[in-house]
Amino acid sequence: MASPMTARVAETTSKPDAIVEVRDICKRYGDLEALRNINLEFERGKLTTLLGPSGCGKTTLLKIIAGLVPSTSGEIRINGKVVTGPGPERAFVFQDFALMPWATVLRNVAFGLELKGVSQAERHRVAKHYIGEVGLNGFEEKYPHELSGGMRQRVGIARAFSVNADVLLLDEPFSAVDEQNRRKFQEDLLQLVEKERKTFLFVTHSIEEAVYVSDRIVLLSPRPGRVSQIIEPNIDRSAAPDVIRRDKGYLDVVEEIWQGLRQYAE
Amino acid sequence: MHMTASPHKVSAAGGAGSGSSSLVDTLIEFAGRRKGFWVFVSLATLFTAWEIAGRVPISFAFPTFLETVSALVEMALDGTLLPAYLITFQPLVIGVAVSAVLGIALGIVMGLSDKAEWLLAPVFIVLQAAPMAALVPLVTFVYGIGLVAKTLAVIMLALPVIVLNSYKAVRHVNPSLVDMCRSFQGNRFQQIFKIIIPDATPVLFAGLRLGIAAGFIGVMLAELLITPTGIGDLITYHRSIANYAHMYAAVASIIAVSTLTLAALQYVELRFLRPEKRRK
Repeated sequence: MASPMTARVAETTSKPDAIVEVRDICKRYGDLEALRNINLEFERGKLTTLLGPSGCGKTTLLKIIAGLVPSTSGEIRINGKVVTGPGPERAFVFQDFALMPWATVLRNVAFGLELKGVSQAERHRVAKHYIGEVGLNGFEEKYPHELSGGMRQRVGIARAFSVNADVLLLDEPFSAVDEQNRRKFQEDLLQLVEKERKTFLFVTHSIEEAVYVSDRIVLLSPRPGRVSQIIEPNIDRSAAPDVIRRDKGYLDVVEEIWQGLRQYAE
Repeated sequence: MHMTASPHKVSAAGGAGSGSSSLVDTLIEFAGRRKGFWVFVSLATLFTAWEIAGRVPISFAFPTFLETVSALVEMALDGTLLPAYLITFQPLVIGVAVSAVLGIALGIVMGLSDKAEWLLAPVFIVLQAAPMAALVPLVTFVYGIGLVAKTLAVIMLALPVIVLNSYKAVRHVNPSLVDMCRSFQGNRFQQIFKIIIPDATPVLFAGLRLGIAAGFIGVMLAELLITPTGIGDLITYHRSIANYAHMYAAVASIIAVSTLTLAALQYVELRFLRPEKRRK
């Protein structure tokens, strides 16, 4: 285990409460075995990262949990109930943003509610609230092509928040965002995690990003994708971002993960 | 702003600083900013070359640009042009309307369903490859020389292009957007009408423009090969009496009408269906 920066106070009040359970999930694409016997539990209110080299099936696993890709065998339980497709308790944030280019920021953010038949006044009210939360006030009537990559992904995140799902699934949300904006974005995400009290499942291939934002990191190994290690960074997030990034505990966890993954680097 | 000498309207923005705004300066500034200037230069070059070629002359049957324009004005004024267009437009409008509605519907169904694609795509690929002019006599053989035969000629040319483009449009819809719609529990109906069709719109309209251009070819083939009516009749008649300026005027006018129709369609698409393109 990594040396914690500050010893975490043992949780005495609640026993682990799994909101998402992954049971014996296998996924094959023809002869290719993408995932083998994945068993995981994701605790309510925590941010868990799926981390691994390319080809480890982390995005596939996230899409199986989202109900966008069918698994070959095994089951996904959300709040104890088996699910086979997308549902209102989960919302997805896409790597390529998946914004409708013909719709304004406001309509894009409100789209999840539009599909559910929520009235225009109500969905615009909710959408405007979350547009503010992600820091895009004043951009409601802009179109996606008028925004930078980072701003587009903020729209994607606001859209996921607007449907008030318990679980947010983020598929490499910052990979198409440049480095400076990425850092700012990670800091903003942590504030949103703090404020919104939701469960986050986060896919990334950036070790630093995973350690910086996660309560728990699931390391996957490739071909076929399996769970190789689970790490809890135990980082005190009340410290300033630049303090965290220079902290020994943080750097040790990054190093530990790198040692675990370097065998897969070409 | 003292730009009274300028024949063109130049917007105030950026016009500052040109204290001695002569006509030339204004024109140069206009040219740097406006697409219209270059379109004008392009057409002016073409028509000048035509005028020179007509005056050389390259053939006694090749009228100058100015002769053609005056013939066109004459035909417009003596009441031969408008009735001719009314006749030509009947098979054209019916044929293009049928092709557009049927073509987009079939194309979308083929794009959404593999089985519909396997069933229908070969037919339209063959039809698109076939030299349609060779089939027009067959149409006459079955449907005679009336409106039905001419409408059918338009459809035969316009429909395959529209179907195949609509099908490709649906197949190239961003799969991530469809996933997005599914992840927010959009049903199949919502996927099609809120995501697939709007995302396919640019390619659907590209197909529609090609289809309309093909429809113009179809109606001219029909009017030249089946029986001379409308604009086809004007062309045939003036050719037979060696009235070449009038014949060229009829040909040029149908080209102009076709071009303007396509430009109008593009305007409608950008104005009403692609709000994000309105603002640059």
